[in-house]
Amino acid sequence: MSTYRERIRQALGAKVQFVQGDDACAYGAILAGCTFFAGYPITPATEVAERMSEILPKLGGCYIQMEDEIASIGAIIGASWTGVKVMTATSGPGFSLMQENLGYGIITETPCVIINVQRSGPSTGQPTMGAYGDMMQARWGTHGDHEIILLCPSSVQEAMELTIVAFNMAEQYRTPVLLFIDGELGHMRERLVIPDDSEITLFDRVRAESMEGYKPFQVGESLVPAFAPFGSGYRTYVTGLTHNEQGLPRTSSPAIHDKLVRRLAAKINDHTDDIVRYEEFYADDCDVAIVAYGITARTCRDVVEEARGRGIKAGLLRLITIWPFPEALVARWAERVRAILVPEMNMGQIYHPIREAVEGRCAVRLLAKIGGELHTPTELLDALEELSCQPR
Amino acid sequence: MSTTLTLKTAAELRTTHLRQEMFPTIFCDGCGLGNVLNYTLWAVEQVGLDLDRTVFVSGIGCSSRLTGYVNADGMHTTHGRALSFATGIKAANPDLNVIVFTGDGDGSGIGGNHLLHTIRRNMDLTVILVNNFTYGMTGGQSAPTSPTGSFSPTTPYGNVEHPLDICELAQALGAPYVARWPVSVPSQPIKSIAQGISKRGFSLIEMMAPCPTAYGRRNGLRGIEPNWQWYRDHTVLVDEYERVEQFGSPEERAALRDKMKIGVFQDIERESFGDRWAALVDRVKL
Amino acid sequence: MRQEIRICGFGGQGVITAAVILGKAAAVYDGLIACQVQSYGPEARGGAARAEVIIADGPIGYPGVSTADILVAMSQEAFTRYGHEVKPDCVIIIDPDIVFSHDVPQTIYPVRATKIAEDLGNAVAANIVMLGALTALTGAVSQEAIMAATLASVPARFKELNRSALEAGIAAGMGQATQP
Repeated sequence: MSTYRERIRQALGAKVQFVQGDDACAYGAILAGCTFFAGYPITPATEVAERMSEILPKLGGCYIQMEDEIASIGAIIGASWTGVKVMTATSGPGFSLMQENLGYGIITETPCVIINVQRSGPSTGQPTMGAYGDMMQARWGTHGDHEIILLCPSSVQEAMELTIVAFNMAEQYRTPVLLFIDGELGHMRERLVIPDDSEITLFDRVRAESMEGYKPFQVGESLVPAFAPFGSGYRTYVTGLTHNEQGLPRTSSPAIHDKLVRRLAAKINDHTDDIVRYEEFYADDCDVAIVAYGITARTCRDVVEEARGRGIKAGLLRLITIWPFPEALVARWAERVRAILVPEMNMGQIYHPIREAVEGRCAVRLLAKIGGELHTPTELLDALEELSCQPR
Repeated sequence: MSTTLTLKTAAELRTTHLRQEMFPTIFCDGCGLGNVLNYTLWAVEQVGLDLDRTVFVSGIGCSSRLTGYVNADGMHTTHGRALSFATGIKAANPDLNVIVFTGDGDGSGIGGNHLLHTIRRNMDLTVILVNNFTYGMTGGQSAPTSPTGSFSPTTPYGNVEHPLDICELAQALGAPYVARWPVSVPSQPIKSIAQGISKRGFSLIEMMAPCPTAYGRRNGLRGIEPNWQWYRDHTVLVDEYERVEQFGSPEERAALRDKMKIGVFQDIERESFGDRWAALVDRVKL
Repeated sequence: MRQEIRICGFGGQGVITAAVILGKAAAVYDGLIACQVQSYGPEARGGAARAEVIIADGPIGYPGVSTADILVAMSQEAFTRYGHEVKPDCVIIIDPDIVFSHDVPQTIYPVRATKIAEDLGNAVAANIVMLGALTALTGAVSQEAIMAATLASVPARFKELNRSALEAGIAAGMGQATQP
């Protein structure tokens, strides 16, 4: 009898494959130990659901196609409370529908992963074209004060790797974690190397150890409560209402609300060192920097090399974690460079927190592109050259 | 299942099945929700459900607050979405018993599409839907079940819409077990809830419950007793309903127009999602 | 090394399948870095189909074609649109039975892919004939890799047809390459 990890290998197939970004997200989820997926078809994210529907039953897991995206996120949150790792995948219109239950996942501290393969909006927009128009919705889409974790890979390989990371963060901080790609990366095929188990670190949510004195939302130093799955005899009550450490509704107490909501924020904000991921190129010898993320960032790498060949001291800060926003990191770059170029496949979203972090220490220029096409190397190079010519 | 009920007293159930720290309840005088909770716990007792292995799920509204009082795993979710969460719990761990408390607004208004598809999928859930003809928690606005002509703060000139018959919908969708009872009778609801829990697949028990505070007083029912009496006067057993329809005098048939059918409307067998998924996994599992 | 390859034609000719197989040959069987995208930009909608493959020996930044190193054109419309977005030394392969007008300074390699595939019994294999010709003419991937990737990508009952198509395409390409 083969082990579960061996069966995962068997289900995923060859170690080296040529697959789409959507496939990679599904593979990452399976490698992370995801056994439950609920979703609703939507271009360009459908392939994630297709892969999960193919693989999960082979491993004894559950795939369920819900009636809409509201139900999809509801189902994964419910499933997560039985103690399993869960995921859903969608695109802009579906992500809009998920907002209310996303907030429910946050306040109930439910580990879950949501993949958003972004397309152009507003509304139905351009279903088959890539965009990064949901970056601010990720941060502020659900109502009320909260923090969120958002990761943005730049390649097919990274989509798989960061999906595993997303699961780990969801488990560690007991919160929904978002992983955003876009229609181009979602449908782009690249070489994917499935890592060996020795190369994968997995984190499982901390379980309650004793019923004695257990309170489902009481925390220690980590600020993350210990988890008791439904059916384990702990008789946990979970509510979206403001609740006390016991989990019981306490909706009229300003103090209890204040304590709960500030802790939910702090458990993420106090761990930014662990959560914030990024990549730097020529950080120490840079005059004009590009700050980019997602599929755009990969073109920027080439462009920085090209610019340096032309005598421009260019550098690149590739943001991998978008939320919580790496303010201190961007501020450090702003100290060292004359100007920052922010290319985005939207009309300027992450440009704003960047400006906030820069606080006027250097010029910040937005290079917005919408309509579904990627920034071309020429467009980026022209913008870099123009910035480098500007007086300090 | 035994046909005679040997029940613990309400006081006994209170100590074993309820969360003491949640009392007093939020419910108004004359509300039917306390009865629904009692009937449910008696049914749970009768069936012998292990509360350690039972999850109570609800959405938003007065009836959805019921989950909080039960001393078991509970999930009080978002408005209309209880069935989505319950579906996830049951699909991920089919060994758990999942009982859903919902209301007419939560379950058939904002959650109507989930109701439709949860029945179609035949999730093995027991849904106790409390119908009080109104959105009680927000102050008694018109609901999908509000009778035509009824008054509410959002239908100040009378409701022009047609009400939804939730049980007919569930029957048409092929729900294995469908029943409706008023809270004014105790034993039939207990039996139906017990049957619903025992049924493999989706079961719907619609409990008609008065809301004197938000509905009754605006619709000619002042005081608690007239609210409860209304259910005795305006319900008729399904067998009797059908007999009158077929064989009754014109006067008798005319009198049916003001009455709602009660009873067990459907009790059939149908493979559940869980059974079919398990068979599929057996077929393709590595 | 970065090679930008564009395969274009009209819908139904399998240009996307061809690109996927080419990318797979490079990435999985030749151990190169490769990336394949279907279409950038609305101009590729409608009857025209376009797929792009980038093959490199290091990380690929921009995943699209700026100016092609290799162009395979299987329709006149596609050639007219993309025949000029090419490098000066671009290898251009066309199906001469479909693309009649091709006034560009680069050498044009005509491969009668559709005719060859028809002769083998099924015109749908024209895309695989083109892959064979492309491999023989450019060496972008090895012949072993393109064969392995092709056979791994087609249904069992079409394996023989596609093997023959690929071999015929390689032969046609070799014939072109040795011509003065």
